[in-house]
Amino acid sequence: MKEKILPFLGAFFAKGVRMLALLLVVSIAAFALVSLSPVDPVQQYLLGAGPVSEEQRAQVEEYWGVNDPPVERYFNWLSSLLSGDMGISTLYRRPVSDIIGERFFNSIALMLCAWLLSGGIGFALGCVMGAKKDRWPDRILKKVCYLFSSLPTFWLGLVLLLVFAVWLAWFPVGFSAPIGMLDSEVSLWQRFYHLLLPALTLSLASFSNIALHTRQKLIDVLEDDYVLFARARGEGEGTILRRHGLRNILIPALTLQFSSFAELFGGSVLAETVFSYPGLGSAAAEAGLNSDIPLLLGITLFSALFVCVGNLIADMLYRVVDPRIREERR
Amino acid sequence: MEQQPLLKVEDLSVTFRMYDGALAQKDLSVITDLSLTVYPGEIVAVAGSSGSGKSLLASAVLGLLPGNAVTGGKMYYRGELLTSEKQKALRGKEIALVPQSVSFLDPLMKVGPQADGAKKPLPTKRRKSIFQRLGLPEKTEKLYPFALSGGMARRVLVSTALISDADLMIADEPTPGMTLNQALEALTIFREMANEGKGILLITHDIDLAFAFADRIAVFYAGTTLEIASAKDFQNGPDTLRHPYSKALWQALPQNGFVPLKGFQPYAGHLPQGCLFAPRCPYKKERCERETPSMREMRGGEVRCFYAT
Repeated sequence: MKEKILPFLGAFFAKGVRMLALLLVVSIAAFALVSLSPVDPVQQYLLGAGPVSEEQRAQVEEYWGVNDPPVERYFNWLSSLLSGDMGISTLYRRPVSDIIGERFFNSIALMLCAWLLSGGIGFALGCVMGAKKDRWPDRILKKVCYLFSSLPTFWLGLVLLLVFAVWLAWFPVGFSAPIGMLDSEVSLWQRFYHLLLPALTLSLASFSNIALHTRQKLIDVLEDDYVLFARARGEGEGTILRRHGLRNILIPALTLQFSSFAELFGGSVLAETVFSYPGLGSAAAEAGLNSDIPLLLGITLFSALFVCVGNLIADMLYRVVDPRIREERR
Repeated sequence: MEQQPLLKVEDLSVTFRMYDGALAQKDLSVITDLSLTVYPGEIVAVAGSSGSGKSLLASAVLGLLPGNAVTGGKMYYRGELLTSEKQKALRGKEIALVPQSVSFLDPLMKVGPQADGAKKPLPTKRRKSIFQRLGLPEKTEKLYPFALSGGMARRVLVSTALISDADLMIADEPTPGMTLNQALEALTIFREMANEGKGILLITHDIDLAFAFADRIAVFYAGTTLEIASAKDFQNGPDTLRHPYSKALWQALPQNGFVPLKGFQPYAGHLPQGCLFAPRCPYKKERCERETPSMREMRGGEVRCFYAT
């Protein structure tokens, strides 16, 4: 047992160190970009405070260290970030960490639904296409996949909104809960009901990638020697698909599924904005549009962390699932 | 011996349709005019060097050639014409394949369940005794194919055919990678099965083992047979053999002088006119380069040569 866990932990540690290094680079890049942008954080901060004199403004700048050299400012920011202080959002006048926490809770529900939906639909369609390669189900589904992967997420969201929320009125037009209701009164069902349409948008925008990858992988597997041998042993096509096909495409499918976190997050920015869904994605859009620099930096780092964790899980998972890697060191 | 042959192959040809450039279509002929019979109770070895199309013969009999292959000629199993439906029905039941290498095992399935196959009821008990007989340790069944040595993998592959209880077995290079003892053991099992009335088509380039275990040997060259003779004729040497290539093959064996034959086997797509062996034949005459000889009976065997005696 010990021999199995140690290399696993070693790999986990190595990947973890690499991930932290990557996050550090992301923080430098994000900070540099924000510093170079024409947005003036002091101006944004003072917007809500009413008229201020030049002296008061200079005091605020002095207090915040706006005139310090950029490297020093970066390290000040980083050290408070590491001590858990992500700053105060100029838009919401609340700590960035609180906002990210709340919004992430909404987003994770949405993204989890979309993730499971797109993974399930994508995998199933990929299997059908792979098994029926070049016959009519494959040809039709392939075109459907190309169509969906070229549709912009926001446009797809608008169309779904128009058809299902406005014309058919099957779903609410937006938000994560009925309007005018206290947060404590909202039932789980109502939350799910509000989340369904944006989740559908998000999964429709990302399933085709998984489907096309699964298709290709299944086609490769079905051309392998061991499938030929299974045929020679009299196994039918259905049996081959169950016994050998699924088994051999499951590992790449899992890897693909966990590394799709990045696309999912990117898509959620657009989908949440269209549906006014109060998640992390729409917060990112608001922070950007309103020059809320602390929130923007916070979300940037948090989403980088989110994507890295997805990749880390994918990396670790195939070590657990694939016997060739799992038992390598026996 | 006028019993019905288990497998009869008549004038089999396999051609691959290739697309050369945009529209130019090219037919690549890999097997031509191949005729062969396997009777119950005998081992017929198909011996030839690499690239002679031996493995394609196995795929053709099983109906597992790739989609761009076109076959000609006829094949019969127990007197019945082998159509693709028939092949599908017989695969794994009446006709079993012992493939070449570990790549024919599913890399993600443990060896035991894999050898058991998909047919219910699972032959687990029978498989365990076959594993034991082939000298596979009991823990083998819990291993994944990547953990097998080359010899173990081949024994597992042999075991699948033994488990299937098929009457005709096509073994595609079953012995490389095994130690001499393991190879002898595997071939002894084939011999026993043949003695029980099964037919075995042994595709091999290990001529020595073929000599020792086969009843008849078909010498395969550039996609066709040049000579079919009893293994005794090969053991006796050039005097009882018929075709110049068979004689050269015999003389090329280490224990028989190690005399190499000049030249090399023509590749598919570059086959010579007339007799396929003519370019390397020391006795060739003008007619050999014009006409393709067909198989003819001679001294209890068959030979594809105008001038063999």
